[in-house]
Amino acid sequence: MIKTKDLQKNFAVRVKSGRFRREKRVVEAVAGVSLSIEAGEMVGYIGPNGAGKSTTLKMLTGVLSPSGGEVEVCGLQPVPQRTRLALRIGVVFGQRSQLWWDLPLHESFALLRHIYRVPAAEHAARLRRCRDLLDLDDFLDTPVRQLSLGQRMRGELTAALLHGPRVLFLDEPTIGLDVVSKQAVRSFLAELGATGDVTLVLTTHDLADIERLCERLVVIDHGRVVHDGTIEALHARYGSRRSLVADLSSPLPEGFVLPGATLVGVEADRHRVTFALDGVTAGAAVADLVTAVAIRDLSVVEPDIEDVVARLYAS
Amino acid sequence: MGELRAYVALAGAQARSAFSYRASFLIELVGNVGATVFDVLSVLVLFRATDRIGGFDLPEALLMTSITSSGFALADFAVGNVDRLKTYVRAGTLDAVLVRPLGALPQLLLMDLPMRKMLRVVFGVTVLAVALGLNDVDWTPARVLLVTLAPLSCAVFMGSIFVISASLAFWWVESGEIGSAFTYGGRDFASYPITVYGPAFRGLFAYALGFAFVAYQPALALLGRPDPLGLPAWAGFASPLVAIGAATVATIVWRIGIRQYRSTGS
Repeated sequence: MIKTKDLQKNFAVRVKSGRFRREKRVVEAVAGVSLSIEAGEMVGYIGPNGAGKSTTLKMLTGVLSPSGGEVEVCGLQPVPQRTRLALRIGVVFGQRSQLWWDLPLHESFALLRHIYRVPAAEHAARLRRCRDLLDLDDFLDTPVRQLSLGQRMRGELTAALLHGPRVLFLDEPTIGLDVVSKQAVRSFLAELGATGDVTLVLTTHDLADIERLCERLVVIDHGRVVHDGTIEALHARYGSRRSLVADLSSPLPEGFVLPGATLVGVEADRHRVTFALDGVTAGAAVADLVTAVAIRDLSVVEPDIEDVVARLYAS
Repeated sequence: MGELRAYVALAGAQARSAFSYRASFLIELVGNVGATVFDVLSVLVLFRATDRIGGFDLPEALLMTSITSSGFALADFAVGNVDRLKTYVRAGTLDAVLVRPLGALPQLLLMDLPMRKMLRVVFGVTVLAVALGLNDVDWTPARVLLVTLAPLSCAVFMGSIFVISASLAFWWVESGEIGSAFTYGGRDFASYPITVYGPAFRGLFAYALGFAFVAYQPALALLGRPDPLGLPAWAGFASPLVAIGAATVATIVWRIGIRQYRSTGS
């Protein structure tokens, strides 16, 4: 559905050098990204600020032309075939609106029907579905400028889907939303992705979005792909492990060794200990620990994707 | 066909948005006529000091002024807001427009159509009607055609200049007021008989840039007066061609500009 090969984008930036002279310096925003995304996939595209996420998205949607490499979306060339591509993709920018600020929300939807030339029956059916799933009915008659951010984002999602796009691009769709609205957006997208009709590509800084929605994770840094695969593969690659945290009734004896695990944390006068599980199951580790010391409380902690990604960005 | 309906829907939406602030819309509507009224007044004031300007009397000069101001008002209404392009570039509106299946320029224009400037067009056309009444025009089918084409050609011509000067924002986001020299300056130039200007200035603006064909030549053709500067009578009918030429240049500049935007993304 989406194919890029060695996709590049360079920006020329003029830098002051001397009193009147300005030098041209080339900044590589995207430095050779090759991706292949199949129909129905849900892909999270993440990276630190300035990594080239938005630039890639703009090249995929036909807003910017690439400086080099190849790009194909829905079998079309984004920039030369922009208007044809626009009919097949939906785009949600978290930070800017596709809706008409001064008009009631339902009028924006009616306008989009004209802009995308959607038959009335199809439009009505899709709108019906979004109204049910996103609870739009309470604010359909409210001018967009008076909507809360959460309500507006639900409107934006609907607006991007009314023409039945094959690919949906979401640029930070949960930015600035409260917990409840984030949940609403995520469950809607999860349901949409589950149908398999729509390919989803989303950029975000909120890794919970990715954990909840995306099987596949593409991490970009300095314009290059540094990871492309599942979240599990990311954990495996960066050696992030599950850990066992135990509160003990008596201090942990000096020199204690738990087979297959490494002691990584000791707190509260050796009453609270953390073991990283290397090649052993949580069950076996717990059994070994219980026979050695008396335990008051115990928990198994999943590896934190935030930590992994932070390490990835830092390296 | 479907595309045309989409553009009509966009314009309708903009009208409804403007009317949603009813009071401020009415105030702006009335306030905006002021500018066009002053264009016409300045010509009238000039004729209090003299009864001929550049060899033309008041009704004749008023005909030129009114073709210019009705055409300019129409261009300003339809295309004038394109000078906000730098805002669109900065705010990312242009990106939002580029992901829709319609032309970028018509979308930008229609999404921001300044309804408050409507009354200016009405005023300009009214003055044109008055000027036609004051002059003793020998009506022929060709002149009836010309009197409808002249303000429209003027609008296309002025609109092209708006687009060209706004396109500068693709290269320099802070292009500021350079464009205004040609839009408002051009309107003021074309409001008077071009016989009042010095030869060098006239050569550049009137003939090289084409402002003579905005109002001066069509007015001569309507009045049936020979051109004191020597162009033949059919020159008045050349104004639609000059307008089409300007529109072609504007389209090319816009296309190059938007390609520049897409390759720099600034």
